[in-house]
Amino acid sequence: MNKKKTFFLKGAKIIDPVQDLEFFGNLLVRNGKIEQIGPDVIESEDIKVVDVSGLLVVPGLIDMHVHLREPGEEYKETIETGSMAAAAGGFTAIACMPNTNPPNDNSGITRFIKERARTSGKCKVLPVASITRGQKGQGLTEFGDLIDAGAVAFSDDGLPVSNPAVMRLALEYSLNFNTLIISHSEELALSADGAMNEGAVSTRLGLKGIPAAAEEIAVFRDIRLAELTGARIHIAHVSTAGSVEIIRQAKARGVRVTAETAPHYFSLTEKEVEGYNTLAKMNPPLRTERDRRAIIQGLQDGTLDAIATDHAPHSSLEKECEFQLAANGIIGLETSVAVGLETLVRQEGFTMAQLIRLMSSNPARILGISGGSLAPGMDADITVIDTEASFTPARDNLFSKSCNSPYLGRKFKGRPVLTILGGVPVFDKKGFF
Amino acid sequence: MGNLKAKHILGISHLDRDEIAFILDTAESMKDILERPIKKVPPLRGKTIVSLFFEPSTRTKLSFDLAAKRLSADTVGISASTSSVVKGETLIDTARNIEAMKPDIIVMRHSMSGAPHLISRYVGSAVINAGDGTNEHPSQALLDLLTVREHFGTLEGLNVTIIGDIAHSRVAHSDILAFTAMGSRVTVCGPATMMPPEAEQLGARVCLDIREAVRDAHVVMALRIQKERQGRLSPFPSEREYSKRFGLSKAIVPHLRKDAIIMHPGPINRGVEMSPEIADGINSVILQQVTNGVAVRMALFTLLLADVQRVN
Repeated sequence: MNKKKTFFLKGAKIIDPVQDLEFFGNLLVRNGKIEQIGPDVIESEDIKVVDVSGLLVVPGLIDMHVHLREPGEEYKETIETGSMAAAAGGFTAIACMPNTNPPNDNSGITRFIKERARTSGKCKVLPVASITRGQKGQGLTEFGDLIDAGAVAFSDDGLPVSNPAVMRLALEYSLNFNTLIISHSEELALSADGAMNEGAVSTRLGLKGIPAAAEEIAVFRDIRLAELTGARIHIAHVSTAGSVEIIRQAKARGVRVTAETAPHYFSLTEKEVEGYNTLAKMNPPLRTERDRRAIIQGLQDGTLDAIATDHAPHSSLEKECEFQLAANGIIGLETSVAVGLETLVRQEGFTMAQLIRLMSSNPARILGISGGSLAPGMDADITVIDTEASFTPARDNLFSKSCNSPYLGRKFKGRPVLTILGGVPVFDKKGFF
Repeated sequence: MGNLKAKHILGISHLDRDEIAFILDTAESMKDILERPIKKVPPLRGKTIVSLFFEPSTRTKLSFDLAAKRLSADTVGISASTSSVVKGETLIDTARNIEAMKPDIIVMRHSMSGAPHLISRYVGSAVINAGDGTNEHPSQALLDLLTVREHFGTLEGLNVTIIGDIAHSRVAHSDILAFTAMGSRVTVCGPATMMPPEAEQLGARVCLDIREAVRDAHVVMALRIQKERQGRLSPFPSEREYSKRFGLSKAIVPHLRKDAIIMHPGPINRGVEMSPEIADGINSVILQQVTNGVAVRMALFTLLLADVQRVN
């Protein structure tokens, strides 16, 4: 028996959205696998007991949209620092987007990412390969070879696939592998040179805007192409009310579409940009309160399936500058749970089970990976959350190499305190082990 | 005697009505100096004003320079194209280096909205925004207010109509904020392609019919068609059509109030947004605007440095 990977979590509130379980009880891990969970599981003398009473035990969280910047921009983040940030944020698996330098468009890069992740070992790293070679929007990458190397999905994220014929090809070809196309839906001709949402605030700040229609037109296009081809499509970082409605209608008529949004789209609005705050600059941009409400409604009624952070590390070089020149993107791995608890659970009345479904079970299902549940026999990927812990994100308490977050200095209540990967504690805030 | 709360002049949006009125009153007193045979007074002797123009400018730069010299400040300026800065030193580094030479005021024009706001966070000197991207041009709006107030004796209750590329005009943006703050009603007019999204929330009425837009106006201001800001897609089909539909020419005169004044922030594209008869006509106050520009900038320098002395 592997003693290190065998322990007994005692006295927690355990939530498993997949098994539809929510109870006070215990959880037994043996050899890195979940062996038993239930109110009456009994500890035995030879097994280490970890007292997590008063805390929440949930399936390890899964972030299906992050940027780890390695290879190419290691000064912003590496696979090691990014996966440590993930562990600290309660994530046991993250899917990393291919817009590295060089981009992840061949199996060599995919294998490099997998190897780096294996040696750093803080969480599962699932490479998303690019749809097109060099993310240039033309020739398709070798889907088969990339999947063999470990790619879990395909996306040109950071850039849209502008040519609809190429997107159609990609969707058709994905059918051979039953793999997933993740779409960064954006009509570049409409968003060109835009720095923030188009509307009252962009007018007030004299910044060129990005209209909601730039996203919605592309979301509709990609959904219609999925419908045409019968392929699965996943819409990344949904930010507008119109996109939510287009996805809702598509789901109602049976299109194989899933969608994610990010914590900033349900917690912040374009007002954050006031004062030319580059920490509130991302693409798609923060939208209006009306959009924020629609995003929350979409999460509530199941139109939006997942919360993904779009963790996008940038250094001060890209962020301490003129707003127009500043890079798009914010980090999110370490604040996602705190923001979800504050906005969705406390303000909007979501249940914890709903939040965990959006942050773990649904991403697992969409990516077709194991996880998102605490069923006996599964890998012991477990997150323990203290919903009462006070947490103020700051430069010196984040594990990410970058600290480009609009949540710096904001007081939150609740955060992950223990993250277990395959039975091994990879983040242990309070010294449980 | 009031005082300026603002440490920098970044935009009209950072000033309240009392501060604006105080600046205008101060500028009026400065105008006397401009009429004297010896146009130089000593209050800012030993003070240094640096002008950083990252965008071409003749009138505004000259106006700031003259204003400083009239008050006996030392002035130095650099002009740089934004692109050379992008290639090399960052704006923050440029600002910090200039700061290290201990100027009292930095006057800055930049092609990007918010650039003066950015450097104001890194320097100890006062920053005056001489135009940032498509955001604001506060000293231009203040000189426009002064010109109109001189002419009508008040700003309260006046109708001000601005015609042209409102979306890309920092002058229009600052003017809308400034005139509405002082109790005037502002109407903006031009091709719908040139109206900013949700312009109404700035406080302006949007009217696409030029005759209706000018009908009750005490002030009619035409903006320069800024070819350099219009991007790849021109927002109107041709200059010919623009000047016929939205240019101020003799054809519009019957629709104007008799006492309406004509303004333009310059430089004028004669024959495009304004015909020569209008620009040089008796109702034109365009050159008074230029004179008042020096007075307003003298006022800003005086008030900002007075404020610094008070704090120290």
